[in-house]
Amino acid sequence: MGAVWTPLLLSLKVAGWATVLNLFFGVAAAYGLSRWRSPLRDLIDSILTLPLVLPPTVLGYYLLVLFGKRGTFGAWLSGMGIELVFTWQGAVIASTIVAFPLVLKSARAAFENVDKQLENAARVLGVSEAGVFFRVSLPLAARGIAAGVLLAFARALGEFGATLMIAGNLPGRTQTLSVAIYEAVQAGDDSTATLLVVITSVTCVAVLLIAGRLMPGHTRRADLS
Amino acid sequence: MSVAVHIRKELRADDRTFRLSIDFVSDSDRIVLYGPSGAGKSLTLKAVAGLMTPDEGRITLNQRTLFDAAHGVNVRPQQRNVAYLFQDYALFPHLTVAQNIAFGLQRGCFNLRRPASHPSVARWLEAFGLEGTAASYPSQISGGQRQRVALARALVAQPDILLLDEPFSALDLSLRERMRHELSELQQQLRVPMLIITHDPADVEVLGDAVFEVRDGMISRP
Repeated sequence: MGAVWTPLLLSLKVAGWATVLNLFFGVAAAYGLSRWRSPLRDLIDSILTLPLVLPPTVLGYYLLVLFGKRGTFGAWLSGMGIELVFTWQGAVIASTIVAFPLVLKSARAAFENVDKQLENAARVLGVSEAGVFFRVSLPLAARGIAAGVLLAFARALGEFGATLMIAGNLPGRTQTLSVAIYEAVQAGDDSTATLLVVITSVTCVAVLLIAGRLMPGHTRRADLS
Repeated sequence: MSVAVHIRKELRADDRTFRLSIDFVSDSDRIVLYGPSGAGKSLTLKAVAGLMTPDEGRITLNQRTLFDAAHGVNVRPQQRNVAYLFQDYALFPHLTVAQNIAFGLQRGCFNLRRPASHPSVARWLEAFGLEGTAASYPSQISGGQRQRVALARALVAQPDILLLDEPFSALDLSLRERMRHELSELQQQLRVPMLIITHDPADVEVLGDAVFEVRDGMISRP
C-alpha cells in the first residue's frame, strides 16, 4: 500500500502548501490589481496569468533557470542552505506558480464585485483602509476567493509537468500522485495506476463540487427572503 | 453651524463633458440642495464627504478646512467626522443590525465584540425601536427599519454634519412621509446639522430652512 499512500500524502502536502501560499499571494495580488488604476495593470495581470496558458514544461524550465544550482536565485538560496531542485519544496514552488492564476482570477473578480459604496460607507465612518479591507472587502469577497482557492488546490494536486522538471521523480521524496501514475504506466503496473487514477479523480470531483457551491450565482437558501 | 462650498470639477465620459461649479455658503442647520437627477447634487455631497476630489476650490465646515486645492489640503474621509446616509443606505449585508450600527465605533481591523451591549448602540436600538432586530441581517428587515439602521449607524459617532443623499427615495409613499417627519424631529432633538440633496419638493418643504436649487452643475438660485 506504500506505493499508493506515499505519493498521495506527498501530493496532499505539496498541494496544501501551494494553497496556503496562494491564499496569501493570490489574494494580495488580486486586491492590488482590483484597486490599482494604471495602464500597466493589464500587462501585470497578463504576466501573472501566464502560468494558466504556458505549457508546464516551459514553466519548469524557467524554474530550473531561476532556482537551479547555477540559477539567479538558486546560487543565493544554496548559500543559505535551501535547495529547491529535486526536493518536495521545489514541487511546492512549481504547484504554487501553476495554480496561482486560478486564485488571482477568482479573487480579483470577487473584489471587483464588492460594492464600492460599502467601502466608502466604511471610510466615512472613520474606519482605516486596513479595516475596510478586513471588515468589508475581504468578507464580502470570501466566497469567490474560497472557490478560487479550492480550484487552485485541485490544480496543484494534479500538477505534473513543472513538478517533474524541477523536483524530478524520486519515490518517497518527490514522487507525487501524477508522477507516480506516469511511472506506474511506464512500468506496466496497471493495478497501481488504476488505483491512483481513481483516487485522484474522486478527490478532484469532491473539490469541484465544493467549489461550485461557493461560486457566485449559486444561491444559498438563506439568501432567499 | 456654517458650511462653505466652492468647488469646480470637470468630468469626461466618452465625448460628453459635465462641468460642476457649485458655490454656496450657509449657517443654517437644515440645508437642502434641490434639483433634478444628474444636476450634480450627489457629486457635491461626495465632495463634502471626501469621496470625490474636486479639481479646484475649497470646502469649509465650522471654520475647519476640509478641502483647499490652492493649499493642497484634502482631509481623508476618515478624518472629516461627517456622516453619510447613502441613497440605498449601503448597509453591510454580512453584518447584523447591531454590528452595522457599531461599525464606526471601532476604527481598526476588527468589529466590535458584543455590539448590542455597547451603551451607544443600545441607546440607538431603543430610540429607533430596533431592539428586536439587533441580531437580524439587513436583508431580513423592512425598508423603514433599514433606513433607521443607516441613520443610527451614521449618528452613533456624533458627526459634525449629517449628509443625506435622497434619503426617502427608496421608501414607498406612506412610509416616506412618516420617515420625513421622524427625521425632522430627530434633527431638532439632536441639533445635528444636516445637508440633504433631493429632487422631491416635499423634502424641501418639511426639511429645508436654507434651500439651494441645483441645475446643470450650478446653483441656479442663491
